[in-house]
Amino acid sequence: MSGAGPEDVFLSTSLASYLDKKLLVLLRDGRKLLGILRSFDQFANAVLEGACERVIVGDLYCDIPLGLYVIRGENVVLIGELDLEKDELPARMISVSAAEIRRAQKAERDATDLKGSMRKRMEFLDLD
Amino acid sequence: MLFFSYFKELVGKEVTVELKNDLEIRGTLHSVDQYLNIKLENTRVVDQDKYPHMLSVRNCFIRGSVVRYVQLPPDGVDIDILHDATRREARGA
Repeated sequence: MSGAGPEDVFLSTSLASYLDKKLLVLLRDGRKLLGILRSFDQFANAVLEGACERVIVGDLYCDIPLGLYVIRGENVVLIGELDLEKDELPARMISVSAAEIRRAQKAERDATDLKGSMRKRMEFLDLD
Repeated sequence: MLFFSYFKELVGKEVTVELKNDLEIRGTLHSVDQYLNIKLENTRVVDQDKYPHMLSVRNCFIRGSVVRYVQLPPDGVDIDILHDATRREARGA
């Protein structure tokens, strides 16, 4: 992530300080991956060890294990360092099984689709 | 290079970075690089309840390509210096 000149070496936004730390990686498609950073490069490509995807639907969440992941940098939005002394999630959140979170995701998707189709019908009627 | 130099001047200041996915993060600008990737320290998310997964994140690296806005303190800018630098850059380009 460095490379504009010798005086910039000290101001480089390097991911080196995040190596071997447990991180939260936000992806462009909205996914949240957690894992330990083992490698990175100037494109923010990253290798996460012990990766899992944290799926959150309302107050329900589930961590789905993924193993060793290589993430292409163009998909990375944010890499956050998790403060181990703080709770990762608010206390109100409930851990559920993968099957249940998939059901909750589908329900949320259906509700959004329904809202979208109803809006289209209203726009068609042109009540304004 | 102009904005890279400009952000280097802002290191240590409180900024709010608004991302293209609508996430807004407030924090102290720790460092920036030639791609305008940003590292923030002491971060808090603006709408914390909407983003529960960000609760324990205190430092983060933000890829430059996903930034929509960087909101600055009103006194964080020396307008005259910025104007001069912009004119110089425009002349050179």
